[in-house]
Amino acid sequence: MHLQVSNVSKSFGEGRDCKLVLENISFELVSGQFMALVGSSGSGKSTVMRLIAGLERPSEGTIHLDGERVQRPGSDRGMVFQKYSLYPWLTAAQNVAFGLSLQGRDKAEIRERTAYFLDVVGLADAARLLPRELSGGMQQRVAIARALATEPKVLLLDEPFGALDLQIRESMQEFLHDLWKTTGLTALLITHDIEEALLLAGTVHIMAPRPGRIVHTVAVQLDRSDLRHLRVSQPFLELREELASRLRSLDGSLL
Amino acid sequence: MVRSPALRRFLHHPWVLGVLGLLTVFVMWFLATSSGMVDKLFLPGPGAVWLAGSDQFQQGILVKDAIASIQRVFLGFVISAGLALPIGIAMGTNRTICYLLEPLMGLIRYMPAPAFIPLLIIYFGLEELPKVMLIFIGTFFFNTLMIMDAVKFVPSELVETALTLGGRGLPILTRVVAPFIAPQVLDTYRINMASAWNLVIVAELVAANEGLGKRISLAQRFLRTDEIFVGLIVIGLIGLIIDLGFRFLMRRACSWAN
Repeated sequence: MHLQVSNVSKSFGEGRDCKLVLENISFELVSGQFMALVGSSGSGKSTVMRLIAGLERPSEGTIHLDGERVQRPGSDRGMVFQKYSLYPWLTAAQNVAFGLSLQGRDKAEIRERTAYFLDVVGLADAARLLPRELSGGMQQRVAIARALATEPKVLLLDEPFGALDLQIRESMQEFLHDLWKTTGLTALLITHDIEEALLLAGTVHIMAPRPGRIVHTVAVQLDRSDLRHLRVSQPFLELREELASRLRSLDGSLL
Repeated sequence: MVRSPALRRFLHHPWVLGVLGLLTVFVMWFLATSSGMVDKLFLPGPGAVWLAGSDQFQQGILVKDAIASIQRVFLGFVISAGLALPIGIAMGTNRTICYLLEPLMGLIRYMPAPAFIPLLIIYFGLEELPKVMLIFIGTFFFNTLMIMDAVKFVPSELVETALTLGGRGLPILTRVVAPFIAPQVLDTYRINMASAWNLVIVAELVAANEGLGKRISLAQRFLRTDEIFVGLIVIGLIGLIIDLGFRFLMRRACSWAN
């Protein structure tokens, strides 16, 4: 798997109302990598994700997945949204099966894969529950299982834990890290939370707003054997503070 | 005032309160008529209305009238609802169709449907067609515009999720948009069904051989206020049953939305 984002710019509107949202974004993502884009609101990080998903088209530049140009959404790029992530009228299992049945896979295969991926996210017991009967964290796990069930080459996570309480958020971060270790998935995470990005991603791009652009890239080398310990360890806190002050200076330069 | 919590809970139950409200009006009606305060010709008592009703029932008029009115309402409303669904969805999903049709529908919606009766009689005569058409005209534009609004409020995330799962075209409509708007569509139908009932009575007051509205206008000619009350109560009861039917359907089919 090789995702290549090359010199991508995006502007919305036309003529005098034309607004540049992204300027000259370039990066690469390869199999098994976990990458994060961090930025404040208005940095266009969600737009990057929508461009990769094919929900928007770049104004300039190109996005290639395994040599093929991204023109429209497809199941090779699974996506998890922050809100309205599940279909409220379908049970957890039916939500996971949704993409598979859209693709017209046969019933036995759908049943088998649904059970498998519900198990992967630890929700085999919740198969028959409706989304409103699930907690926020469980809902996002179902959404991740649904995205994984169609075997995407890359998982796109748009602030997936942004609406959750702090405690649930931390356990979901540990869950996602374990999932990444066990399944070897490739993921691109959008977040405004530096801690979340440093905990999970091997590469972190810091984005600046107006127009959105990548201003700094960190290769994170931390011992991730115990995330709970890592959160309070000295090297982690130092790195976090360094990036936080960078983000602050970006905001400051705008005032 | 009420000390016992159990009694208090019982008295505050929605069903108990609802029945209480009905009973109060009924008792006031009974007292006003039985005390002789009001002329029986203007306000017949519950007993007289019951007699007039059972008399009509035994003659078979009541059932025949009810069936005639129900048929008109259902025929007109089924056509209206059936056409409003695809057109409303098309307007809600396609901007061009929306811009094309919304001003037109917004305009016609504000034309009072009963004002079309003279035209409908000139065009279609005095048979069933003009009455069915009246119900159609009176509900179609409301149905369509309300369904369009429901479609516009489908969260884009739900559609985009389906797109990123490999869905496109018609399945998005049938498997994402349709289930999401189902509760609002049922509610739209429930609300506009009430205007369909208003209109069928209006149509029958103008021209009809049978029907609950026709019976009321005949009763007026002979000053039979008891029969007018029979007609009003029966119309109210049928409306209530339809309304409850829609609510029941909504609870069964769209339990996720409650």
